[in-house]
Parts: sequence; structure tokens; C-alpha cells
Amino acid sequence: MKESRTLTLTTPSDREIVVTRIVDAPRHLVFEAWTNPKHLPQWMLGPPGWTMPVCEIDLRPGGKWHFVWRQSDGTEMEMRGVYKEVTPPERVVSTESWGPEWPETINTLTLTEEGGQTRVTNRVLYPSKEARDAALKTGMKEGMDQSFNTLDKYLASLGDRGTERGARKA
Amino acid sequence: MTHSDHLDATFAALADPTRRAILARLASGEAAVTDLAKPFRMSQPAISKHLKVLERAGLISRGHDAQRRPRRLEAKPLAEANQWLERYREFWEGNFQRLDALLDELKIRDKKLVHKRRRPRNTGFSN
Repeated sequence: MKESRTLTLTTPSDREIVVTRIVDAPRHLVFEAWTNPKHLPQWMLGPPGWTMPVCEIDLRPGGKWHFVWRQSDGTEMEMRGVYKEVTPPERVVSTESWGPEWPETINTLTLTEEGGQTRVTNRVLYPSKEARDAALKTGMKEGMDQSFNTLDKYLASLGDRGTERGARKA
Repeated sequence: MTHSDHLDATFAALADPTRRAILARLASGEAAVTDLAKPFRMSQPAISKHLKVLERAGLISRGHDAQRRPRRLEAKPLAEANQWLERYREFWEGNFQRLDALLDELKIRDKKLVHKRRRPRNTGFSN
């Protein structure tokens, strides 16, 4: 029987967040989906409503990567980093930062073959415990702010439509 | 303490395996310090130090029995810390579901490629 696709999220030390998940595909395809700019924008999107218009990948040690996500309302989020280690199809180590005011993390993607399936392990190492907790917190706060902004806009648009309709009727 | 200080304290308290084990033990009911120290083969002062960290984080509290001073689990701060990790989990779960869909496509394409590569060799043999 195939192993279930349950995602596990752990904090093995106070500077790390580790995500593990089994995917039902051979390792070389998972590596391809994770490192080819043709494929990454199709799935690495986060919350609904976001697209990834910029996905630049120079997959070699010292090579840079640059991702930009955009929401339908024009809000953008940007992430950059440098590849430290590239070992197809099993391991990629890279730095990642959301900007100068954000801590730089070291991300290690490990792909292991398990009976035709692939175990994906994504380890994010923060420079300090404070940085990890801050990133988690700010991420959550921004997520909530964004939700409220979207809600505000939506409510405002409903209000506008209401007035238009009212005006037309009159 | 502000909300974010609380979360700092919670994550710091949870970062230690002994403290997580203490919380796991307390999840099945309150216990006196001496009982808590037993399974860990730790001195009572060492356990007390861990308990103090957990208490400061608001993860445990002291029961009313003045003699035994049993410790018990407080659910709220744990739930708050969990809420964050839950958001992080949701983010990745969405991504992995889309990755599953893409990989299904890539697998089909991969099979077709292998098939194409084989075919000319076969026709070569039959000629």
C-alpha cells in the first residue's frame, strides 16, 4: 500500500521549521517540478489568489534565484536567494530572504526515494530562535492584514454597487 | 506580557524535549513534582527548573493542593502556538496538492517520452 500523503510539520530545534511530505512520483520528476522555472510557478503559490509572474532560477552553486508573487489586487511579495549546493536529483541548499529587514534563512531540500514514491523534506534554518518566531508571527500578521484588506475592498465594492444600483433605480 | 511575548515564551518552552515530555505527561492529568521527576531520571531541582520555564510561559499551572502542589496543563498558550504552525501547514498543504497535480502530468509526459525513445529502435530491428 502506498503511504498516505500527510504533511508533517516539526520544529526539531528552536531555529528550524521542517516540512515533510510523500509525493507519488519518481525523484527526478519531483526535482524537476521544484527547480525548473517552467513548473514552479504552477504550484508554489501559497494562499489562493496569488500568481508567480517572476521565477528566475540559476541552478548552480553561487547562482541566484528570484521569485515574485502577485495578488489580483496588485500586492506583490518578493523572495531572493543564492544556491549553495545543487545535487540533482536529491539535494538543494540555498539561502532565502524576503528583503533587507528579514532574516536570511538556509533552506535544505532533500528528496529520498521510497519504493517509487519520493519523500520531500524541506528544512528552513533561521539565524536565531527570535528570527524564526518573528518570521512565523509576522507572516501570520501579514496574512491576516491581507485578508482584512481584501475583505475591506470587497465590502467597499459591494457598497459601490449598491449605490449604483440605487442610482439607476432612481 | 504582550501577545507576541507570550508566543516567544511558548516557543522557547516547547523547544526543549524534556519540557515537551513533561507536557505530554501532564496531558493525561495533573501530577506532583516528585511524580514528574521519576520517568526522567532527573534531580528534583533540574525538573523544577523546567517546570519554572513552563509555568512562566503559562503552559502549566499549580493545583490547589498545598502539600503536593500538583502541576497541570494549561491549554490556551499551546493552542495559540499551534494556530501559527497551522497557518504554515495550510500554506504548504496547498502547495503540495498543486505539486501532486503537476507531477501526475509530468509522469504521463515522462512515460510518453520513454515510449517515443524506444519506438525508433524497435522499427530499426524490424527492418
